[in-house]
Amino acid sequence: MRLPPQPSELIDRSSRVIFTFDGLHYGGHPGDTIGSALYANGQRIFSRSFKYHRPRGLLCCSGHCPNCLMTVDGVPNVRVCVEPIRQDAVVESQNVLGSLNRDLLSATDKFGGPFTPVGFYYRTMIRPRRLWPLYEKVLRNLAGLGKVGGATGHARRYDIEHRRARVLVVGGGRAGREAATAAAAEGPGVVLVDEDARHAGVELEGVEVLAPARALGIWEGNLVPVDCGTVLYRYRAERIVVATGALEQPLLFPGNDLVGVMLPSAARRLVRDFAIKPGSRAVVLAADERELEIADDLREAGVEVPRVVDLREMPLSRIDADSHKGRLHGVRLEGRGIRCDLLVVSAGRQPAYSLLAQAGGKVEYDPIKGIFVPTDLPESIEATGSVTGEGCMTVNPYRAEARKGHADKCFVCICEDVTTKDVSRAVAEGFDSIELSKRYTTVTMGPCQGKLCQLPSIRLYARSTGMSEASVGTTTARPPWAPVELGLLAGPHFETARRTAIHFRHEEVGARMMWAGPWKRPYAYGEKPEDEVRAVHESLGLIDVSTLGKILVEGPDAAALLERLYPNRFADMRPGRIRYGVLTSDGGRIMDDGTIGRLADDLYYVTTTSTGADSVTAWFEWWNAVWGYEAEIVNVTGALAALNLAGPLAREALQRLTEADVSDDELKYLDAKEIEVAGIPCLALRIGFVGELGYELHFPSPAGEFLWDRLVEGGARPFGLEPQRILRLEKGHVIIGQDTDSESNLLSANMAWLPKLEKEDFVGKLAVEHFSEREDRERLVGFAMEDDVVPAEGAQVVIEGQPAGRVTSARRSEVVGAVIGLAWLPPDRTSDGTRFEIRVDRRILGARVTSGAFYDSAGERMRS
Amino acid sequence: MSFLLPCPHCGPRPVDEYAYFGEVTKRPEGTPSLRELSEYVYFRDNVAGPQREWWQHRTGCGEWFLAERDTRTNEVLGVFLPEPTRSIGVGPAGAEPAADAV
Repeated sequence: MRLPPQPSELIDRSSRVIFTFDGLHYGGHPGDTIGSALYANGQRIFSRSFKYHRPRGLLCCSGHCPNCLMTVDGVPNVRVCVEPIRQDAVVESQNVLGSLNRDLLSATDKFGGPFTPVGFYYRTMIRPRRLWPLYEKVLRNLAGLGKVGGATGHARRYDIEHRRARVLVVGGGRAGREAATAAAAEGPGVVLVDEDARHAGVELEGVEVLAPARALGIWEGNLVPVDCGTVLYRYRAERIVVATGALEQPLLFPGNDLVGVMLPSAARRLVRDFAIKPGSRAVVLAADERELEIADDLREAGVEVPRVVDLREMPLSRIDADSHKGRLHGVRLEGRGIRCDLLVVSAGRQPAYSLLAQAGGKVEYDPIKGIFVPTDLPESIEATGSVTGEGCMTVNPYRAEARKGHADKCFVCICEDVTTKDVSRAVAEGFDSIELSKRYTTVTMGPCQGKLCQLPSIRLYARSTGMSEASVGTTTARPPWAPVELGLLAGPHFETARRTAIHFRHEEVGARMMWAGPWKRPYAYGEKPEDEVRAVHESLGLIDVSTLGKILVEGPDAAALLERLYPNRFADMRPGRIRYGVLTSDGGRIMDDGTIGRLADDLYYVTTTSTGADSVTAWFEWWNAVWGYEAEIVNVTGALAALNLAGPLAREALQRLTEADVSDDELKYLDAKEIEVAGIPCLALRIGFVGELGYELHFPSPAGEFLWDRLVEGGARPFGLEPQRILRLEKGHVIIGQDTDSESNLLSANMAWLPKLEKEDFVGKLAVEHFSEREDRERLVGFAMEDDVVPAEGAQVVIEGQPAGRVTSARRSEVVGAVIGLAWLPPDRTSDGTRFEIRVDRRILGARVTSGAFYDSAGERMRS
Repeated sequence: MSFLLPCPHCGPRPVDEYAYFGEVTKRPEGTPSLRELSEYVYFRDNVAGPQREWWQHRTGCGEWFLAERDTRTNEVLGVFLPEPTRSIGVGPAGAEPAADAV
C-alpha cells in the first residue's frame, strides 16, 4: 500500500524485489529497506522484546533502536529498518516461540511482571545450586536476541585496512557536509563517514564519502575504526570533525513501547523516503518545530491527525496509551481519550555526543535546554552542528504512572526491557550512583548503547533520588558507538604457520605434521616412531631442523659481546670450533640454548631453539644497545635451511656427496667447516643432539628440497620430531621450556659446569653467585621406570606419600630397554639409584634416579 | 592502547609496531646483596606519571631506544637513543625481559 509518488522518495517503482520473511514471499522496490518493504506489506510487529516478549514495531526507523532486529541470510541481529532490500534474501524473526504475531513466550509479559523485577535471577534462582544449569538454559531460551548460526563466522569474509586521513568527518548531515567541503578546500585527504545508505551516492568535491559506514569509536592517537560492512577501516586522522547530530528522545508513559508508537523520524522516513502511509489516525506529541512538522507530512499523506500537542506549551502531566492485542488503539491525554493507531512522540532532541566523550571531551548538563552537551574537546577534535547542542532541547520525558490496576508497563530502556519501576526499585535498594544503577538494571547496556535511554534514565534517576541531573552525571561513553559484528573486529581468519623450505616433501611422503611453536613440523613419517629411532641408532637418519634459530654475529667485538651474553667462554675458541651455550637472564633464569660456532676471528654462527630465534635476536640487540659493542647481529633463520644427518653411516653418506674431506681428522666432533655437499655450499656442524655420529648442514633455503632428496637417495631415512625427542632423552639432553621453567637455573638444571664465574661479567652472573651459596629447592635428574608404563608429562613425583616433584619428559626407549624420563626432585633424593614414586592415573609406580645419559654415557658414538 | 610513538629513525608510528621492554632499571655494581639483586630483577617503580622505558621498533627498523612517557595519558615526552656503556653498573640496563619479548 504505497502513497502516490512523493517528491523525495527513494524507491524505484518500475521494478520489484522479492524476498522471504518467516517463510512467506514479500515484495518491495529497489531503494526500500527490508523494514520499509515489510511495513508496506502491512507487517507491524517487527520483533519481540528481550525479556517480556512484548510485540514491538518500528520506533526510530534509523538503525538506532532494537525494535527491528531480525536474522537476515543467517546473520543475526540485523537492523532491517536500514538494511537495503535484496533479491531472495531470507529474513527471519528472532527470539520468538511460535511466530512474531503469536509468540507463546509473551506469557512472561502477563504473568512475569511482579515476579521478574530487575536482577530477579540473582535473587530467586540461587537455591538449589544444582539447578542453576537448568535455570540458565531456560533463561537463555526465554531472553535474548538472535542466535549465531552457520552462515556466520568463517562463511563470511572480513578484512581490515589501515588508512590515513587529514580530516575525518563523522556524520553526513548539513553540518558534516559543510565541514567536509571547507576542509577539502584546504587540501586533500578528507573523508566523510555516514551511517545512512542514502549518502552512498553523495558527491562532494575533494571528499571521499563512505556510506553506509559507521565510526565505532575514537581511540587515543585519533584512531577511528570505520565499519563498512565486511571491511573495517582503521583510520588515523590528523583532525576529526564530529557531526553526529542529535537523537530524538522517547517519552516515558505507560504503554510507550506499543506497536504504533513512533518517533517523528520514523514517520517522516516512511512517508518521505518510502511513500508509505504509516497509519490512518495519528496523534502527535512533540517538543520542537522540526518534530511538529511531521503533522503536516502525515496530513498530506492522508493520515487523519486529530490532535497535535507542543509539549513545551502543554506539558501533559499524564499520558496513557491503550492497546488491543499489543497494538496501539488509542491514547488518553490527562484522561481524555482519543482513538488512534499511530502515536508520534518525542521529548526533544539530545546531542549524540558519545564519540566526543570517548575522545576525551567532557559532558555538561544544560538545565535550561534539558540536554547534555559536550565541552572541553581535545585539540584535534571538533564538533559541529546539532551535536554541539545547537538547536536542541528536551522537555522532561517523565509522565506520571497511570492509576494502579490499569497501568501498562512504562519502559525506560526498550533494549533490555527495563521499566521506570525497575529504576525506582534500584534507587530504593541503594544503588545511589548512576554507574552502579546502570550495571544493576542494565539500562543503556543494550543494542542501542544509550542512544534512546541515556537521557531519559538520567532524568528519571534525578527525579527518583532528588538530585539534579548535573550531579547525577552521565555514564562513561565507551566504544562501540554502533553495533558491530565480532567477525569484523577479528578481521580475516589467519592461522599463521611457518613452514620450512622442505615442508612439502614431508607432506608428500605422508608425514604427520604437528605444531611446534609457530612452525609446522613432522611428528613422524610412519606409524611407529621407534622404527625411525632404530634407523638412527643402527644406520642413518635425516631430520629437517630448519626451524632452529640462526643468528650471525660479526664484528671486531663479536667475541666480547657473546662472552658477556653467555655464562661460558667464547673468546678462547679457535675458528672452526663449536661450543654449547645457554642464555640466562640477570635473574638467573634459563632462557634458551643452542650451539655457537666460530667461523672466523670476528664471525660467530649462533643457533637457538626453534621458538627462540626472534626473541634471542631481540635480546642480543637489546644488550648491544646497552653496551654498544662493535658487532652486527643478523637473524638468518628464514634464509637458511638445516638438515641433521645422523647415524653410524653418516660419514660415509656425506663423503659420497662431497669432495671435501669429512674424515674424523678433518671434521672432528664439535668442528664447523664450510664445505660443498652435492654442489650446495653448506656450513657443516658436527654435533650430536641425538647421540649418534651426526652432521648438521646449514645452507641456503632454496636448495632445501634438492639437498634433502640427495641425502634420502643416499640411504638416509627421514625421522620426525617424536623420534628426535626419544633420541635426545636417551642422551639425557634437556629441552629448554619443556624440562626447564621460569624457576630453573643453571645449577638446579645440572649445568653447574657451564658458568665461568671468573669472567668479570655476564648476564646472570650475579644470580648464579647467589644460587651457589644456597641449597637448591629441587634438581633436574634422569630416571628409569620400574614398570613398562609411560607417565604423562607433568605427572606427580611422590615421596613418602607426599607430592615432592614432577615429571617433565618421559618416553619408552627400545635401546635402553625401559621407560626413561626427566624429573625435578628434592636435592637429597638425586643420587644415582635412589628410588622414588610417580603417580600415574590412580597408581603409584616406582622409578630410580639415573645420573648421566641412559645411552652411550661416555659419548663415544657421537665422537666416533 | 593505540597511541602513536615516534621511533628515532622512522617517526611516529602506531604503538603496535613496537615491543615494550619495561622501565629502565639500574644494574647493580660489585657484589650486590640478595635484596639488591631481587630489587633489580623483580621490582619496578610502576610510577603514575613520566617514566623512562625501553622500546624496540620490532616490526619496523628494529631500533632499540628509550622513551619518556606519561603512564597516565600515554603522552610521549621524548625519545632517545641509548648512550651505550660497557661498565657493569653504569647506564641503562634492564633485568628480566618482558613476558612478550623472550
